[in-house]
Amino acid sequence: MRKNKPKLAVWKFASCDGCQLSLLDCEDELLEIVGAVEIAYFLEASRATVSGPYDISLVEGSITTPHDAERIHKIRKVSKYLITIGACATAGGIQALRNFKDVKEFISIVYANPSYIETLNKSTPIADHVFVDFELRGCPINKYQLIEVISAFLNNRKPNIPSYSVCIECKRKGNVCVMVSAGTPCLGPVVQAGCGAICPSYNRGCYGCFGPKETPNVFSLADHFLKSGVTSADVVKILRNFNSYAESFRKVSEAYER
Amino acid sequence: MKDKTIKVDYLARVEGEGALYVKVKNGYVVDVKLKIFEPPRFFEAFLRGRSFREVPDITARICGICPVAYQMSSVHAIESIFGVKIPGPIRMLRRLIYCGEWIESHALHIFMLHLPDFLGYDDVVRMAKDHPTLVQNALRLKKIGNEIVKIIGGREIHPVNVRVGGFYKSPSKMELKKIEDDLKWARDFSIESIKFIANLEFPEFEQDYEFVALSHPDEYPFNEGRIISNKGLNISVNEYDSYFIEEHVPHSNALHSVIVGRGAYFVGPLARFNLNFDKLSDVAKEVALELDFKPECKNPFKSIIARAVETLYACDEALRIISEYEEPEKPYVDFSIKSGIGYGCTEAPRGILYHRYKVDEKGNILDAKIVPPTSQNLKMIEIDLWKFSATYLNLPDEELTWKCEQAIRNYDPCISCATHFLKLYIERE
Repeated sequence: MRKNKPKLAVWKFASCDGCQLSLLDCEDELLEIVGAVEIAYFLEASRATVSGPYDISLVEGSITTPHDAERIHKIRKVSKYLITIGACATAGGIQALRNFKDVKEFISIVYANPSYIETLNKSTPIADHVFVDFELRGCPINKYQLIEVISAFLNNRKPNIPSYSVCIECKRKGNVCVMVSAGTPCLGPVVQAGCGAICPSYNRGCYGCFGPKETPNVFSLADHFLKSGVTSADVVKILRNFNSYAESFRKVSEAYER
Repeated sequence: MKDKTIKVDYLARVEGEGALYVKVKNGYVVDVKLKIFEPPRFFEAFLRGRSFREVPDITARICGICPVAYQMSSVHAIESIFGVKIPGPIRMLRRLIYCGEWIESHALHIFMLHLPDFLGYDDVVRMAKDHPTLVQNALRLKKIGNEIVKIIGGREIHPVNVRVGGFYKSPSKMELKKIEDDLKWARDFSIESIKFIANLEFPEFEQDYEFVALSHPDEYPFNEGRIISNKGLNISVNEYDSYFIEEHVPHSNALHSVIVGRGAYFVGPLARFNLNFDKLSDVAKEVALELDFKPECKNPFKSIIARAVETLYACDEALRIISEYEEPEKPYVDFSIKSGIGYGCTEAPRGILYHRYKVDEKGNILDAKIVPPTSQNLKMIEIDLWKFSATYLNLPDEELTWKCEQAIRNYDPCISCATHFLKLYIERE
């Protein structure tokens, strides 16, 4: 075995574990990946840990507790490259829905003894706290994009991750547009590609797992939704899922809430 | 015996974040706490005001390992409010996507998270160096489970195709036929792996558990049935709240469930196996009996065998469904929205997953309650650790710590689910 393989670490914050599971879901590639990198810290998979510094840190989850707001700085210090994986780490995730409400009320709905619970008022993306070298989108991420990003950083090149919209993927697949043909509200025009336009392929509108694309015109799409009979309240709901706290979605949902 | 402290800061190979604390004084275990510090995410709170249509997509995000379970419990709960009757082919597709999730999740836990404990490896990567074929086959098995979820659901993690009333799109028979050969291979490999797993060394440890699982008159339970136990519980799903309560303890962001008046209970593969053995397919029963693995097994370390038997069953059941499947005319049934309260309980890979929703006349959620399998097992895990660490106190600290971790992994705890990872401390004073 070649010595000094690059060290890979996987870190978890508030999340569902799905994005780091994507690494274990690379069934055909996993043994090759571990041949190319040393899995130095990946608690979901191993009880053995190797101390830092690490060449690549993959970070899953959002910052929601005072302890985690400290911990992310320590991780940044021991990481050459820090890559966030998934909607929680890049946009605050589904748990960022609290950001639009009073978190104290949320605690009392779920827990009998609110005083035992320590949590921040907002669920925030990693980039709000430390410098992030690359943000990989998705809820969950696409495992082939993950492999592309890891190999790009190992080879000192820019990851080939398109920033265009789901519409491009959808057209390429030859789907009939669900919005034009069936009037189904679809976020495809403003959402970044990466999933393979799964939802329109399954006869439903895109619900925004990969977050806003580069320079999206969300106001224009929301206006189109309204004209096709969607209520303002439903426009807010459509924009408030896994990437609700991403700036371009947030601005529009807040405008429609007023 | 010397009083001392053993500490493992993060218990690995579980889903989510937590810690275990064991205190030993004068040779006796005096305290055990399974600390859950996975940050709370407040699903039950932010579901309020959302449309019933969004619930399967939102609750899937509670867990990346068993999103199908959340989708199944939520759609069944909501359908019970609207009085939706699900026709045969859609019902079969729901069983099939669940088979896929069981195969994927069980293969992950058996081979990648739990087996390394039995064979003395830190992880599957190190195990793969000595057992390359086993690990390659295990990965192939896991992939086949994922493939089923992907064909029906659109992708492995957080599938997009599940909706109240059925599916957005039904797969053609041809699409499902494509995985038949793979599933036949998976069935053969599962038989082989049960034989291998049943011959592992298991610590001598038994408790008089109350096992709780769904039970259906005709089939091994996935989506429907009554909630039963080996101690006389036999209730319908909508009676759940009268028999089970959740307690909030200071050291945990996860709630602990107990049976009113009786305390801790055990859910998951071993409970299902013990309570539903006669509903397994013939080949699953034969292989289990051949290895003298039969109900009622009270050794939690043997959960790994039950998980392997269920994997075989899921492959067998998937093959049966695919051979009988005819594509429905329409992928979902129509229904009218009305206000009310609905209850759903299905068998997630880790055990029963209970959902309750109250909706208004527009179908918006007024109140939601979700009880994942791991929070139902947490109290039982703590009790196991009390007894187990007391029985094996004479082991060296490092070995005892590892064995305690293994005892926790018997339950395949998913702490992301339960809060709405584990750290291990053994303190000897």
